[in-house]
Amino acid sequence: MSEPLLIDKSKKGRKAYCFPALDLPRGFEQALPELPSHLLRIKPARLPEVAELDVVRHFTKLSTLSFGVDNGPYPLGSCTMKYNPKLGEQIAQFPAFTTMHPLQDISTSQGCLSIMYNLLEDLSSITGMSWGSLQPCAGAHGEYVGLKMIRAYFLERGEVARNKVLVPISAHGTNPASAVMNGFDVVTVASNKEGLVDIEDLKSKLDGSVAALMLTNPNTLGLFEKDILEISASVHECGGLLYYDGANLNAIMGMATPGDMGFDVLHLNLHKTFSTPHGGGGPGSGPVMVNDTLRPFLPKPDIELTDGGYVYTWDRPLSIGKVSMFWGNFLVLLRAYVYILRMGSEGIKAAAAHAVLNANYLKSKLEKHFDVPYGGVCMHEFVISCENLKKEYGITAQDMAKGLIDEGYHPPTMYFPTLVSEALMFEPTESESIETLDAFADSLISLLERAKKDPAYLKGAPYSTPVGRLDEVRAIKEPDLHY
Amino acid sequence: MVYPYIPHTDEDRKRMLEAIGVGSIEELYASLTEDLLLSDSVPISHGRTEDEVLRMITAIAQRNSTGIPFLGCGCYDHLVPSTVQTLASLPSFVTAYTPYQAEMSQGLLQASYEFQSMICEITGMDVSNASLYDGANSAAEAATIMIGSKRKSKAVLVSGTLHPFTLQVLHTWALGTGNEIRVLEEKNGVTDLKSLHSALTDEVAGLIVQTPNRYGLLEDFSTVAEQLHEKGCLFAISSDILSLAIQKSPAEWGADIAIGDTQALGLPLAFGGPSCGYMAVTKALMRKIPGRIVGATVDGQGRRGYTLTLQAREQHIKREKASSNVCSNQALAALMTTIHLSSLGWSGMVEAAQQSYVKAHYLAYHLAQLPGMTLVWDVPFWCEFPLRFSDSKKMRKFLQELRNEGIFAGVRLSSLTRETKDELVLLVAVTEKRSREELELYLAAARRVMK
Repeated sequence: MSEPLLIDKSKKGRKAYCFPALDLPRGFEQALPELPSHLLRIKPARLPEVAELDVVRHFTKLSTLSFGVDNGPYPLGSCTMKYNPKLGEQIAQFPAFTTMHPLQDISTSQGCLSIMYNLLEDLSSITGMSWGSLQPCAGAHGEYVGLKMIRAYFLERGEVARNKVLVPISAHGTNPASAVMNGFDVVTVASNKEGLVDIEDLKSKLDGSVAALMLTNPNTLGLFEKDILEISASVHECGGLLYYDGANLNAIMGMATPGDMGFDVLHLNLHKTFSTPHGGGGPGSGPVMVNDTLRPFLPKPDIELTDGGYVYTWDRPLSIGKVSMFWGNFLVLLRAYVYILRMGSEGIKAAAAHAVLNANYLKSKLEKHFDVPYGGVCMHEFVISCENLKKEYGITAQDMAKGLIDEGYHPPTMYFPTLVSEALMFEPTESESIETLDAFADSLISLLERAKKDPAYLKGAPYSTPVGRLDEVRAIKEPDLHY
Repeated sequence: MVYPYIPHTDEDRKRMLEAIGVGSIEELYASLTEDLLLSDSVPISHGRTEDEVLRMITAIAQRNSTGIPFLGCGCYDHLVPSTVQTLASLPSFVTAYTPYQAEMSQGLLQASYEFQSMICEITGMDVSNASLYDGANSAAEAATIMIGSKRKSKAVLVSGTLHPFTLQVLHTWALGTGNEIRVLEEKNGVTDLKSLHSALTDEVAGLIVQTPNRYGLLEDFSTVAEQLHEKGCLFAISSDILSLAIQKSPAEWGADIAIGDTQALGLPLAFGGPSCGYMAVTKALMRKIPGRIVGATVDGQGRRGYTLTLQAREQHIKREKASSNVCSNQALAALMTTIHLSSLGWSGMVEAAQQSYVKAHYLAYHLAQLPGMTLVWDVPFWCEFPLRFSDSKKMRKFLQELRNEGIFAGVRLSSLTRETKDELVLLVAVTEKRSREELELYLAAARRVMK
């Protein structure tokens, strides 16, 4: 079932691609001096030499050893693995977009600029913010950029002592990492019994040294921070700003806005909420959106609509500067724009409503059999704990996850948030039907029954894959990172 | 309205709400107080059918115009085998996420392992990650590694010949962190390495340079690595990866970190993104490199398999102690580069680089004969070169008239640097994809305008 490395099929002299012959006037090439020898490469690189069909079969085989949303349900919590419409893929192949150079004269790229400008307008409306930047290439990149703007804002105001960023214990790992990259100290905020921000703990940590609170709402337990207005008022009162991690916006888009909740800056994950494909780990896109307070600090250039058409504006003295090579992951922006056009104002609201409906439906089926430590109505995702299962039968969250692979599902997110021991986090998204959710729940429940009777079976899962569980320790101790 | 992306029927909704024990979907939003719930729909347009969207986007696309691009500056129009787009469009690649579940993601993981292997082979380095956002961000990550590798350091030295946007991204990186970017000035179009020695103070953690540099010129880094290592500093070289088929690899210059874009290997221009950043390092830096890394290991039965590894560096494990915040990378773009390299092989890569070299020199040689424009410096270059015009009026006319003939003649350097000293400099890029006919068309038009 496995596939050898392509380099191991290599045979000297085979070719999978031919270049046209050089057709310059005879003699020019001969007369052209070579580069000075001290600049020339010494050692050739070892790359595959194979025929075109070898390449095609190799990568086709590798694709069959991969699993995406198109293959089956993918309830990976906090990643919003919803269906990626084929329309977006079709449009992203238009030569009128793929052959555009980022630095060609602006009079020849008005189509691209109009898409970016209109996307920014729509994202501003959806988030309740003033404007944004499309340059960040992923969610974590957006966080980095958002916090950089917060840094620049306080520097501009001379408030250099504001060096702390507050992050709830349930936050994504990228939040504290992004804060540290901007030179902030991270202070963790506790959660209360209900799984929400512990407001007393938060208030005790609010003082003149706080630059911002980073919050995901709904949070990673799938719960809406219902006291958000009190939270944002408290943070603002002490002079701090609020950062919204948009990873979970899919639960509330069209229903409520981070702007109304009091957030000053946020990032979106277009590859989650706006249905652009995840690509096996990227490219994503992580636009940052801001209110008027932070608008002057947005990355440059900005895009403006003038009488003469769309233009880039560079003269923005408070801007934090550029944050990526060109204008962002344009083909991802294009797909997100297509999704918004397709869904419209009612459609995005329907997406949120059905994502929440699906999560609650699946939870209602599973909570009869599994522990849901933070119960009640959830938003787009929920977390179960396998702690008791582990105590009684030695079955872990990972064992359950591996068992699901044999049933044809991508497992939920494991061991996150860390607040819940032996956590499995489910986000079914709006894309899945009631029949799929029923079948998924049945599979999980029968796995549970089997686990109780025959724990060894689940310990050995998965059985249907080309390899079983891999020796992670060996991978670290004896790193084999290239051929 | 029925949405094809949402499968629920009225009957489904009814059954689901009953099972949950609520009367309506609105009840599920009870934790949102009334002042938060929007009373109206958000002010964006109503939904459209597929056909309506296609027509609308087709109309917008007509406001773009394409020409024969002699444009580069970090994004190049090279030949790409048909295998690349076809295979990279396979849905199990496109619609998967980061391969956290190794057993069901062996294909993606193996493709990453092959990508890492090719990057190591081409750069000559020991360890590559599975991609970063782009070359500019790879440079920022290199700066982070440098600062983290030398105690009490707070400055990173960079060459003034870095791509202007890379330099800008590095300045953003430093903003508000207490770290600084110090620029080593250029002389005659290349880094002035004479000033390197005196610039290497205790606070300096390393040096980042680029070749081909912002002008397309090839730099000479003889003795640089020795000088840096003597002071406990790291050395990073940024390169257009295709250029490494001809010029010395970062490892051959003694670099610790190799960075850049793989756009020249299989990625479309795409208005500048997605590109794909690469980073490869020496073994000594293996546990400091940011981003995903795939390793080979075995399962319980001794079968070889691939998995994400060395994750103790990463944010989802280490949070505020992670080496970087990278989570999503540019996996699908890296896959395109892997398919591209698999199709070309080393001989194909050398051919593309060599033909680009010859064709660029052909155009440069003939343009340099014309009055009113000169090659700015007599320094070796590969596929891109700087031309200086004698006056700005002539330059504008040149660009306009060539555009009228469907030729995008080059990038004005000042559009990147916004500096008046660069206003008369045009950067012209020529790849193997430019046919003889296109070169002659360019030359004929140039002769007409510049006579």
